[in-house]
Amino acid sequence: MSLPCAPTLKTELLEVSIGPQHPSTHGVFRMNAVLDGETVVKLKPVMGYLHRNHEQIAETLPYLANMPYTDRLDYICSMTNNFAYALAVEKLAGIDVPERAQYLRVMMAELTRLVNHSLLIGFLLNDLGAWFTPVFYAFREREKILDFFEAVSGSRMMCNYFRFGGVKADLPESALDQVRRIVRDYPRFLDEFERLLAGNEILKSRCQRVGILPKELAVNASITGPMLRASGVNYDIRKADRYSIYDRFDFRVPLGMTGDVYDRYYVRVLEMRESVKILEQVLKQMPEKGDILSAKGLQACRAPRMWKPPAGDAYGRIESPKGELGFYLVSDGSPKPYRYHVRPPSFINLTVLEDLCIGQKIADAVIILGSIDIVLGEVDR
Amino acid sequence: MNIQEIKDDLIKAIPNLPLEVEGSSFVIPKEKFLSVARFFKESPKYSMDYVSCITAVDYPAKECLESVNHLYSMQKKQGPVVLKVRVPKENPRMPSLTALYRGAEFQEREAYDLFGIIYEGHSDLRRILLWDEFEGHPMRKDYVSEDQEL
Repeated sequence: MSLPCAPTLKTELLEVSIGPQHPSTHGVFRMNAVLDGETVVKLKPVMGYLHRNHEQIAETLPYLANMPYTDRLDYICSMTNNFAYALAVEKLAGIDVPERAQYLRVMMAELTRLVNHSLLIGFLLNDLGAWFTPVFYAFREREKILDFFEAVSGSRMMCNYFRFGGVKADLPESALDQVRRIVRDYPRFLDEFERLLAGNEILKSRCQRVGILPKELAVNASITGPMLRASGVNYDIRKADRYSIYDRFDFRVPLGMTGDVYDRYYVRVLEMRESVKILEQVLKQMPEKGDILSAKGLQACRAPRMWKPPAGDAYGRIESPKGELGFYLVSDGSPKPYRYHVRPPSFINLTVLEDLCIGQKIADAVIILGSIDIVLGEVDR
Repeated sequence: MNIQEIKDDLIKAIPNLPLEVEGSSFVIPKEKFLSVARFFKESPKYSMDYVSCITAVDYPAKECLESVNHLYSMQKKQGPVVLKVRVPKENPRMPSLTALYRGAEFQEREAYDLFGIIYEGHSDLRRILLWDEFEGHPMRKDYVSEDQEL
């Protein structure tokens, strides 16, 4: 479009640094954007502000001593971080996990998914301008799950609950009732949330057809988790690897159609419904009594400074709420890992941030970032 | 998938491939790395369309850096195939996977940042976690940090 005065009007591209201290970057993250008016023409993510070389620290510590460190990667989902690390070490050393502990693990992982997705949706709407009302609805529900985590592990966020070959402690007496209440009430909360939001005209017009991620690019760029499934790729590691005991549960994998921000939002709502379904089955099937730590696991946990897995390498991965969380471990037969690598889902999901933002308005870049779901503790490590 | 079967297929597809099997992973020379990766990506039997994890390991005793690549197939829901490439420490150059997979972009930058492996063909090989002026590669075993004696 050319205006009559256009030839005399001098225009130029504007470079804007969004972050690292910006409320919508969800932590210390920076987007180096080049704008043409309000449209993004270039955008480079800059990270590392929270880098502490987690991997190097881990290589100076015995295997078990790293468990609490993994809590601090994605500090919203400490339980699933524990899960992935425990799985990798179990694979490395060939440790089995008793039945009841498997159910406890799945229960914790799915509750974590509920926490993560509710919070993400709350904060996404925050980015959209629904200032903190949805977040408080989400926090209200999260609180109940954190209360349960506290009763079980002694900590609300830094749970440090998993052990190689099982879990740290059995459920206290009334804790199962807490889970039953959460499972009973959660669908009602989701209905309420959805009634408020899913059909909302403002939400739709801001989110639909914004930040579209095509299927082929999603696969090629190693995108995982709800973001991948929102683009219509049916890949869930719970189904693909059937790790732990996920083959015993009946649940569906929700898929998106267009891969826009709205799909990424809605896939998460549907995933929460499936998680509630899994939790119902866990409550039904879980054996009432049983070991929570296998004999081999007990060995590893009783004298952690002395315990040595056999030499070799192993890669353990799970479907964390944000995508594929993997741990690659190399053992040289000593009590400390020779190499310890984290494959963080939100770090790799950021690969396509620029592709999604180009051609969009700067205000939309904020919600596109919100829909990717990053936690800087994990991105920067 | 059986490792022997994969090996046979690989040798059939790429003759004269110097191939070593270590546990459940393949050690291949860096010159053949891209063609092996391309075989796994494009052959309809494997269709490894997804590179999950790229990282490196430092072996001071062998004077080499090892690049470890985990390939999976989202389409066939199978995997992994683990490809390892060893490069000498004084000249750690190897081809970049970004020609085949966009997903390698950030992970290779991370391996460059922390280990100093130079990926040839990577369009934007800069430090990613540390700042640009940082000297050295802290994940190498011989790295000495400033405050080590404290």
